[in-house]
Amino acid sequence: MNASTAVVLADVPRRATRRLSSYPVVPLTIIGLLVVIALAADVLAPHNPEVGALGMRFRPPVWQAGGSAAHLLGTDHLGRDVLSRLIFGARVSLVVGFTAVIVAGLLGVALGITAGYLGGWVDEVIMRLTDTWLALPALTFAIFLAAVMGPSEMNIIIVLACVYWTRYARVIRGEVLSLKEREFVRLAIIAGCSRLTIMRRHILPNVLNSAIVLATLMLGVVVVTEAALSFLGVGVPPPKPAWGLMLADGKRGLMAGYWWLTVLPGLCIMFLVLAANLLGDWLRVKLDPQLRQL
Amino acid sequence: MTEPLLELRGLSTHYESARGTRVTRAVDDVSLTLERGRTLGIVGESGSGKSTLALSIMRLLPPAARIVGGEIRFEGDDLLKKSAREMRHIRGKRIAMILQDPMASLNPLFTVGDQISESLRVHEGASRSAAWSRAQSLLQAVRISAPAARMKEFPHQMSGGMRQRIVGAIAVACEPRLLIADEPTTSLDLTIQAQYLSLLRDLQRDHHLAMIFITHNLGIVARMCDAVAVMYAGRVVEAGPIRDIFNKPSHPYTRALLESVPRLTDDNHGRLPAIDGQPPDPSAPPSGCAFHPRCPQVLDKCKTQAPPAVTVAASHTARCWLHLP
Repeated sequence: MNASTAVVLADVPRRATRRLSSYPVVPLTIIGLLVVIALAADVLAPHNPEVGALGMRFRPPVWQAGGSAAHLLGTDHLGRDVLSRLIFGARVSLVVGFTAVIVAGLLGVALGITAGYLGGWVDEVIMRLTDTWLALPALTFAIFLAAVMGPSEMNIIIVLACVYWTRYARVIRGEVLSLKEREFVRLAIIAGCSRLTIMRRHILPNVLNSAIVLATLMLGVVVVTEAALSFLGVGVPPPKPAWGLMLADGKRGLMAGYWWLTVLPGLCIMFLVLAANLLGDWLRVKLDPQLRQL
Repeated sequence: MTEPLLELRGLSTHYESARGTRVTRAVDDVSLTLERGRTLGIVGESGSGKSTLALSIMRLLPPAARIVGGEIRFEGDDLLKKSAREMRHIRGKRIAMILQDPMASLNPLFTVGDQISESLRVHEGASRSAAWSRAQSLLQAVRISAPAARMKEFPHQMSGGMRQRIVGAIAVACEPRLLIADEPTTSLDLTIQAQYLSLLRDLQRDHHLAMIFITHNLGIVARMCDAVAVMYAGRVVEAGPIRDIFNKPSHPYTRALLESVPRLTDDNHGRLPAIDGQPPDPSAPPSGCAFHPRCPQVLDKCKTQAPPAVTVAASHTARCWLHLP
């Protein structure tokens, strides 16, 4: 009886940790936190993020000499509160980052599957277009598009999706080429499935893994590109706070020792990208029945 | 007498190179008949056109291949005159096929239950729950234990033999009239092979299926088939009822094939009997009868003229000059 109690007791903490590790706690916490912050920005932010007092320029964070409790994370070159800007910036960065990655992903995956599965002239047309697209330097191309369309949040999403769908299309097409020779696809053809059914039921689920992993990697690229575009004045229009824009603005102060203007938004971007990568990793395992068992 | 289920008349399928300069006659003037509920074995060496013949019937040839002539009459209709859309409704529903590799024939991302239900839903518009319960009884029919639990499992959780049986269950799901099995047992070990073959026989009896059994294993043919067609270099060199072929082979190639089956009683001093020479290059077959360079009874005529199909007994034909004056 004693032995069985001991077993039961030993099992409890183990089961608890296993359940804990079967959910992506760290990335979900980070992303959840960012989403809450973005949604409740009006309540959480202590100051107006777009208005500053020039008399309060370049105040350091509260724990450094010269910092004040009014501006916990200091102020920027226009005397705007960095904490408030970071809080409102979460809104812009999350919306722009996720939407652009998803729109680019949908476009790229759809074209990649179509090209790979149908082959022939459809493949030629789509892939030559992709090649041409990839030959253009991404940033220059994005700057050009953004300059033509003008700066706005909506436009930057369109620009980023337009520039980055090619990466998905290439990778997905390659996967589809090997998938369509697999026996289960042949069996589906033999069972009388139409091409659309096969693409939807047999090809798409099998490439989703790669698409998701790619998307988590792309999130970092997209946020950084957004920063670069904002820096050049063709991204998110200036008074609006975006992490990339803050990073770019802060560069000027870096040499003068105003480290908080670049390091803090940089950390925010890092945490977002890290969370996305961890989440992608977990999804990859979760979506594969063979790995899920382990 | 009712018409046969499947009748091939002079079917020819050729592979053409990109510029049409090299033509490979993978299937050349093949005529065969298959009655309802019967089994036809197709035997031959690798490259003799067995698989191309099967794919021609399904109309699933690779782009380089083209059916250049003949008719495929299935239940009275010529399959070659069907549109792509009509063919899709025939495939899986009235003609099913089992492929060689059970490991790769199932989609790794869906449960076994989903995959068996799929064709029921595609072809018969069955509801999700109806298809699921039909699928479960099919699993039972292919002798998988605890079908209810197995339905929710993924292909990688099963052994090769089980996966092959699931492929069998998918094939018979829509009650097809004809099942084409292309070397279905090559990747299974011997005990599983025997089980699988008896399972196929039971399925055939229960569903009144006709089968085309493609193999190079004569033992399997003897066990499974009512009739055999022996293919060599794209042609059917001999076809007839199983007893006739095994007891009175009329073509030298068939005879050589039967002699090269190893027997436990033979004493060959450790050497296995084999047919001399190499199988012909399918894109450049020898002139006349394709078998003449390897034939022990070759005549002068064989080197220049291809022999016609000669009826040697009731529904037993051979393409050989030895049977003509």
